[in-house]
Amino acid sequence: MSRVAYRIPSITASISFLLIAASAGVAQTIHGLPREGRGGDTKVNTRVGRPAAGKQEYTRYCAGCHGDHGDGVGENAQWIEPRPRDFTQAVFKCRSTLSGSLPTDQDLINTVRRGIVNSNMPQWRPLPDQMQADLVAYIKTFSPRWATEKAGTPVEIPPETPVTTESILAGRAMFQKFECWKCHGTAGRGDGPSASSLTDSKDQPIHPYDFTTGTRFKCGTTNADLYRIFMTGLDGTPMASFADNIKGDQGWDLVHYLRTLQPIRTPESILWKSWLATHASELKPIGPESGGR
Amino acid sequence: MHMKIAASVAMCALATMALVPSTHHSAGGTVAGKVTYTGTAPKMKQIDMAKEPSCAKQHATPVMNESVVAGEGNTLGDVVVYISAGGAPSAVPSTPVTFEQKGCQYLPHVLPMQAGQQLEIKNDDQTSHNIHPMSQVNPEWNKSQPPGAPPIQTTYAKPEFIPVKCNVHPWMHGYFAVLNTSHSTVSGSNGTYSLSGLPPGKYTVTAWQERFGTQSQEVTIAGSETAKLDFSLKATEY
Repeated sequence: MSRVAYRIPSITASISFLLIAASAGVAQTIHGLPREGRGGDTKVNTRVGRPAAGKQEYTRYCAGCHGDHGDGVGENAQWIEPRPRDFTQAVFKCRSTLSGSLPTDQDLINTVRRGIVNSNMPQWRPLPDQMQADLVAYIKTFSPRWATEKAGTPVEIPPETPVTTESILAGRAMFQKFECWKCHGTAGRGDGPSASSLTDSKDQPIHPYDFTTGTRFKCGTTNADLYRIFMTGLDGTPMASFADNIKGDQGWDLVHYLRTLQPIRTPESILWKSWLATHASELKPIGPESGGR
Repeated sequence: MHMKIAASVAMCALATMALVPSTHHSAGGTVAGKVTYTGTAPKMKQIDMAKEPSCAKQHATPVMNESVVAGEGNTLGDVVVYISAGGAPSAVPSTPVTFEQKGCQYLPHVLPMQAGQQLEIKNDDQTSHNIHPMSQVNPEWNKSQPPGAPPIQTTYAKPEFIPVKCNVHPWMHGYFAVLNTSHSTVSGSNGTYSLSGLPPGKYTVTAWQERFGTQSQEVTIAGSETAKLDFSLKATEY
């Protein structure tokens, strides 16, 4: 292979260099190749994303924050916290796939549609579906990972178990055991002992989610979204994946407990309140001195 | 274009070489020496583990930040010394390397491994850690490991010096040194290192320190001799 490339001192040689360099991990970003040639297919349901069309929309709607080159340093970026996503790393918070793997196209569309709470990323639901698919196709041209890797396998989410006091108590024990409180706080206020020192992968300060003021989560609103968040982790942030340690129905216990921390009336919070009214004294407080219930 | 062709030839040569693995660590030559620094090494701060009593009580003596391990006579510990060029490409060792979390510290602080080599991450502590290697070339991941959880088994495909942190315990800080070679070691606290099992040939030996950067030198091994090679890195304040 090497000799062939050597004897053709033309565009072929330089392309073969680029390909080899990319496969050797030397070139992080490949300049000079048409963007449409990279990134692979983007298909969401029946729609096929078109990177060339997406580029126009990207320049219009996204580049101001995410930058013309997708590196997260658009002209508004310096005023924004948390900082806009750097697409050249292909590291994404909201995924259905395991930590370290690429998200699915549908994951990216979902983020575009719902925006990200507690950040400057708005909802782009008003954009036509085709435009959203085009944008995602274009976003995937910024990192060479999309050309060589497939999206990860989605985390399996079993059917939700019934909301019971036992389930909530088991979830509370998990909140203690897995030390969620170290960042999210003993009452879920986002004020745990490690909260103030948290930084993201770009060394920018980042705050843990405060369950007591929020109704929506960064990556969705439903119980299944909440299940998915702690299983996949939010890559690029301190929120780790718990997929190695939480299995199957156990995850629903944690979901049911987390729902009791929110300021909204949920089946979980209603049940929990009535149980607490007569049983509160049986609980050990969450925190460093406790072993759970 | 000429530059690109030259680069392409070099890249292709490397790619071809990678197809011909060789065995090593049989007999052979040794490169050994001492790593020191010039200038003034920054003073390392003491780590306060009060927020994690289960770890704090494991340490009878003060725990210092390990970013610069300077010893008497300007010696430098925790420096990765490895073959960065020359010789036949080494086969990926079949034995895993182990990275331990103990007393809210990483053991070792810097862990060299070859790309593709099995990496095992253990938690010996009574507290949850999250292992967050902040790779740029390899995919970045972040996993929680509660007390008693089985070891995390993984590999890194591409060479990279990867800073590792635990977000829950912000003082925890280490490095994975993912290299193209199995010929690597870490200097001891007295600055000495030894790389053995090198077949005859001309090598580039590189020393890497997380704050002070790298230094490379050439050495030729003829047989089973020990070649002396000292490194001197320039201390940088931070």
